[in-house]
Amino acid sequence: MSAESLVAEARSQVDDVDLGPVHAWKRANPGGLAVGTMPIYVPRPLIEAVGALPVAIFGGGDQVDIIRGDSYFQSYICHIPRSTLELALGGRLDCLDAMIFPSICDVIRNLGGMWRLLFPEKLSVYLDLPQTFDLAVGGRFFAHELHRIASLLEAAGARPLNDEALVAAIRVENVRRAALERVDALRRAEPWRAPASEVYLLARLGGLLPAAEHTRWLEDYLTAAQGRAARPVDNVRVVLVGAFCEQPPLGLLRTLEKAGCDIIEDDLQLGLRTIEGPIDLREGEDPVFSLARSWIERGGATASRYIGDDEKGRALVERVRTLGADGVVFAAASFCDPALLDQPMQEAALARAKIPYTTLKFAENTGQFQVVREQAGAFSDAVKLWGIA
Amino acid sequence: MSQNQQAHLRVAKEPSQERQKRMIGDHFDRLASVADGTCDEKVVYTFVPGNLTELIGAFGMLPVLPEINALQSGMRQQSAGYIAEAEKSGHSEDVCTYVKCDLGMLKSGNVGPTGTRLPRPDLLLLSYTGCFTFMKWFELLREEYKCPVVMLHVPYQPDGVVTPAMRKYIVDQLETVVIPAMERIAGKKLDRDALSERLARSAQAEDDLVAVWESARHRPSPIDGYFGGVYYIGPIFSAFRGTEDAVAYYCELRAEVEGRIARGEGPTTPDGRLDDQRHRIVVEGPPNWTSFNEFWRMFSREHAVVVSSTYTRVGGLYDHGFRHDPKNPIETLADYCLGCYTNLGLPTRIDYIEQTIRTYEADGFLINSVKSCNSFSAGQLLILRELEKRTGVPGGFIESDLVDPRYFAKANIDNRLQSYFQMLDARRLRHAA
Ligand code: SF4
Ligand code: SF4
Repeated sequence: MSAESLVAEARSQVDDVDLGPVHAWKRANPGGLAVGTMPIYVPRPLIEAVGALPVAIFGGGDQVDIIRGDSYFQSYICHIPRSTLELALGGRLDCLDAMIFPSICDVIRNLGGMWRLLFPEKLSVYLDLPQTFDLAVGGRFFAHELHRIASLLEAAGARPLNDEALVAAIRVENVRRAALERVDALRRAEPWRAPASEVYLLARLGGLLPAAEHTRWLEDYLTAAQGRAARPVDNVRVVLVGAFCEQPPLGLLRTLEKAGCDIIEDDLQLGLRTIEGPIDLREGEDPVFSLARSWIERGGATASRYIGDDEKGRALVERVRTLGADGVVFAAASFCDPALLDQPMQEAALARAKIPYTTLKFAENTGQFQVVREQAGAFSDAVKLWGIA
Repeated sequence: MSQNQQAHLRVAKEPSQERQKRMIGDHFDRLASVADGTCDEKVVYTFVPGNLTELIGAFGMLPVLPEINALQSGMRQQSAGYIAEAEKSGHSEDVCTYVKCDLGMLKSGNVGPTGTRLPRPDLLLLSYTGCFTFMKWFELLREEYKCPVVMLHVPYQPDGVVTPAMRKYIVDQLETVVIPAMERIAGKKLDRDALSERLARSAQAEDDLVAVWESARHRPSPIDGYFGGVYYIGPIFSAFRGTEDAVAYYCELRAEVEGRIARGEGPTTPDGRLDDQRHRIVVEGPPNWTSFNEFWRMFSREHAVVVSSTYTRVGGLYDHGFRHDPKNPIETLADYCLGCYTNLGLPTRIDYIEQTIRTYEADGFLINSVKSCNSFSAGQLLILRELEKRTGVPGGFIESDLVDPRYFAKANIDNRLQSYFQMLDARRLRHAA
């Protein structure tokens, strides 16, 4: 299949607010649980290891009209909880047997509580991601959390967790991660062959599929994109930063590209990229603890994670330099506490390092991109001409 | 009521109020002497929910609570300028205004609520309890002060249940991270006996505070559990829990409240004493600080007394029996942090408010949804529906902000409250008929 056809198919699945791929999986796996996971990070191998399908939920994007969802949230709360509730109240998430709400912000946290009240027949789980990064303290607490979640899933009908299944799931996850990294590497080296708007769709598709199936998609895309007849374009190379939970509309990414920005790295799909590198399995170690350890030791710097004694923004500055990026585009969801509170510190670090940046705001259902086009165009021209913004 | 009658009813400050004023003044004087170098006590910045005041006190260190400074700036009409200052330097209009008010105050010379300068922190004690913003707030302050930060991650209670794993996680952090960090800053080991003594005093003050809260069961209620309540929680939620001063304050306050019960008196409001109480209201959500008295008047003018509020539980929920336990000093600190109101799952919050409405025989409940605070506000529309469904008591909903005057739409809020109280009146008449 051509890269274009793969991307078109990925898009139709990602845009399917009725969760067609999940229904298909359930038909092929009778009795298997589908477990919704809210952004940003829930360890997917744990869910696959109990024979369930982790389903990353990102609200309704620009695909749904919000009617009921708005009556549950004030105007000054971001968009993703209202569109997620809209989908659920309309029955579109009925195929999910459980939902997991990780501790990334107070909105997702409280949405988890609302879920318990609105959908009492469904399992609703809160996952407290530790913010203390000492293995013996935070690691142990997290491992306990993960065991607890596995038990809750078991009580809801999933298979009991066992070491072999989890080790196997982690190995499959690591293969997927390696494939995703190869796609990312192509995007960094030759963004005209693998533009960010395509890589985004391919990555996001992984939130709806078992890791092994996703890997096949990534491999197919990689082959197709490498063989594509495409010519280099003289764009600026940017890193897109938003600590993304709520996802921007695809139109925003395409607008940035059209305005002359090659997005060579982004933090759109943090669920697959929060842990940097493979999940390291150790002989004789409880694999649940290995999962916990990967969060403690390899969790990347993002807004919903406490940055202990490290300097704020250091990781971003280093990344920009390592990648040879020309600048950074910040795009935060409106009313997003993590992204918006973090941004001034990241901006300050970039300013100290003399790295150009520009800032945008969006909502998942933003439909007009004229301002983005102008702003990004001006940014890319300024960077190209003078190396500044 | 005429102006003269109002003035007549306006009573002199009670001794507990004078005492609190003295306590706060002395505390800020001590802080000022650290700031000007005449005293070398160590200073710890921390948050109200999950504050470890007894621990800080046991090390002889002085706490500073940026939320309290922000709300005081709001009351003194300085927050608008501070927020503008922070927004000018790149902070989003969408985020919590406490943070921006604090950063603006810092940029404007760090002059505290009593007009004296605040010292720089020796330690930022990030008690990460019930609010995501806390984490970012102290990351931002660390950028400014370049001082050590110690994180105490308090797990959330989604089911209203404290598990042994949660408690152990906090105890482990206290023992292996927090206390050693404080020992390094203080230059001495923790005196656990001194800590226990403080915790015993905390429990004593907590008993008296609960008696004050529960006095609102009486008719007329001798207290206002929201507007008056924020003054009552001042000492225990800030720098004084575990001190002799706090014990004396709460003992005095309790006696005053009991006196009011004996005399059949209501609380003092900005318009005088409110003996004739037509509405008994429970309030969920923080108050607005920039128009605090005007906001209060919107209630008292309508003869509405607030019999209980959730905001007065952000620094600890003592109604259900929790008291600091001097025999288990570290575990009790863990339990305290876990139980703060915003650390409770939404279903538990609803259960709590429902129970409060019943206990205090409220005839209405009101949600003041503040733009700043996702921790409180996300989900409040569902809280409204659930409570109405469960109790049959009508709820009101208004929107404002903590310290950003741009979001206190006075006429709009006043209209809404008037309609709400009229609706309660009409309902009462219907029931009486
Ligand atoms: S968009 Fe931001 S504030 Fe909203 S739910 Fe996601 S992380 Fe939380
Ligand atoms: S978000 Fe709410 S709880 Fe957190 S600091 Fe702001 S006002 Fe306080």
